[in-house]
Amino acid sequence: MSNALEVTDSTFGDEVLKSDVPVIVDFWAEWCGPCRMVGPVLDEIAAEQNGKVKVVKVDVEANQATAMKYGITSIPAIYMFKDGEVDKQTVGAKPKAALIKEFGLDA
Amino acid sequence: MSNSSLPFGNVFAGGTGLNLSTNTAENSASGNVDQTIHDVIIVGSGPAGYTAAIYTARANLKPIVFASSISPGGDLMTTTEVENFPGFIEGIMGPELMGNLQAQAERFGADIRFEDVASVELDGNIKKVTLDSGDTFQAKSVIISTGSEYRKLGVDGEERLSGHGVSWCATCDGFFFKEKELAVVGGGDSALEEALFLTSFASKVYIVHRRDSFRASDIMAQRAYDNPKIEILWDSEIASINGEDKVKDVTVRNTKNGEESQLTVEGVFVAIGSDPRTDLVKESLELTANGTIKVDGRSSRTSIPGVFAAGDVIDPIYRQAITAAGSGCAAAIDAQHYLESL
Repeated sequence: MSNALEVTDSTFGDEVLKSDVPVIVDFWAEWCGPCRMVGPVLDEIAAEQNGKVKVVKVDVEANQATAMKYGITSIPAIYMFKDGEVDKQTVGAKPKAALIKEFGLDA
Repeated sequence: MSNSSLPFGNVFAGGTGLNLSTNTAENSASGNVDQTIHDVIIVGSGPAGYTAAIYTARANLKPIVFASSISPGGDLMTTTEVENFPGFIEGIMGPELMGNLQAQAERFGADIRFEDVASVELDGNIKKVTLDSGDTFQAKSVIISTGSEYRKLGVDGEERLSGHGVSWCATCDGFFFKEKELAVVGGGDSALEEALFLTSFASKVYIVHRRDSFRASDIMAQRAYDNPKIEILWDSEIASINGEDKVKDVTVRNTKNGEESQLTVEGVFVAIGSDPRTDLVKESLELTANGTIKVDGRSSRTSIPGVFAAGDVIDPIYRQAITAAGSGCAAAIDAQHYLESL
């Protein structure tokens, strides 16, 4: 699992939508095997991006309003938010190199 | 496999994976080259890769296993109960089985690394394996056990609605379809396992199958027939998946008379089989007409000496955890004989 900040239905607005930097949101759940694998990959990305992007996670079981709002039906779902809007999204566990490329991050 | 157990509480003990990264890494100059010439490198960590690791480790060949960062343990990591792997009377959860294989390989000294292979150089006596990180490892022999990847339907709407109603992982995504109607596409054991699993969430599960009988085992077919939530649409295929930003319905085409009809479902789970994952080696190794890596008879020997292949990546027919494990064993023994002959 990721060590990223746990965001909830009530903190999603402040932590994600109002963030000054782009936010990668990891929609995950306890029962989802691939979610467990991609969490540490996102932690690595967060560490390497050094504040240029923020990485948070949303437990879809505990925060169903947020998961429903974004129409999440497959996890892990990894979304990038910029200025309060969904900028990019991808579904499924992917290696770091692939995520960095999809999200247009600095390698 | 059975529908009796929920995914909650699965033991994801790390396992063996087989997913390779996409070949996207620009990993030329940055990496280090490990100067040690290892005996054997194993790429992939499903039943084939881990069994090859157990055998080569016990033969004191000190295998390095590149298990992938995101899917170590391979396909069994997203299944529920495995009922047909010999030796487990009451069955075993897929992730637990793979965790066991990993631990067994490590017990004998296999060096398992959760990293992704970007490219391989297989010609010559010293094989080179380069990771996404850019680091390169060298070995006298390589065992390729990269498994297979889910086949797509290739219909309109599938890609666009992937993650918005279209799914390949029932254990991951069943939760999102509580009291909803779903379609599962396919007629093999995997499809029926998914369908049965999904009945613990969904109000109704349609199995859309293009033939008039299942390929699945009789025990799985009987469970599907007996389940009141399951309805089977024989001789049927999905022509398109419809909806703007989520699945609204699917167009089902009768494979006998071509008639099309709409089926209202909110989710589509695709389980129509898989294709061998050969991206890494398709330029360097001979493949068969089926797309699997070509091996010599019943052996694991590929078209390049010192390169062996095992598991689903060489198997167009059986594709079971136990056949993959047996195949991994053969590759380990073939590699050992090869190393002795040098």
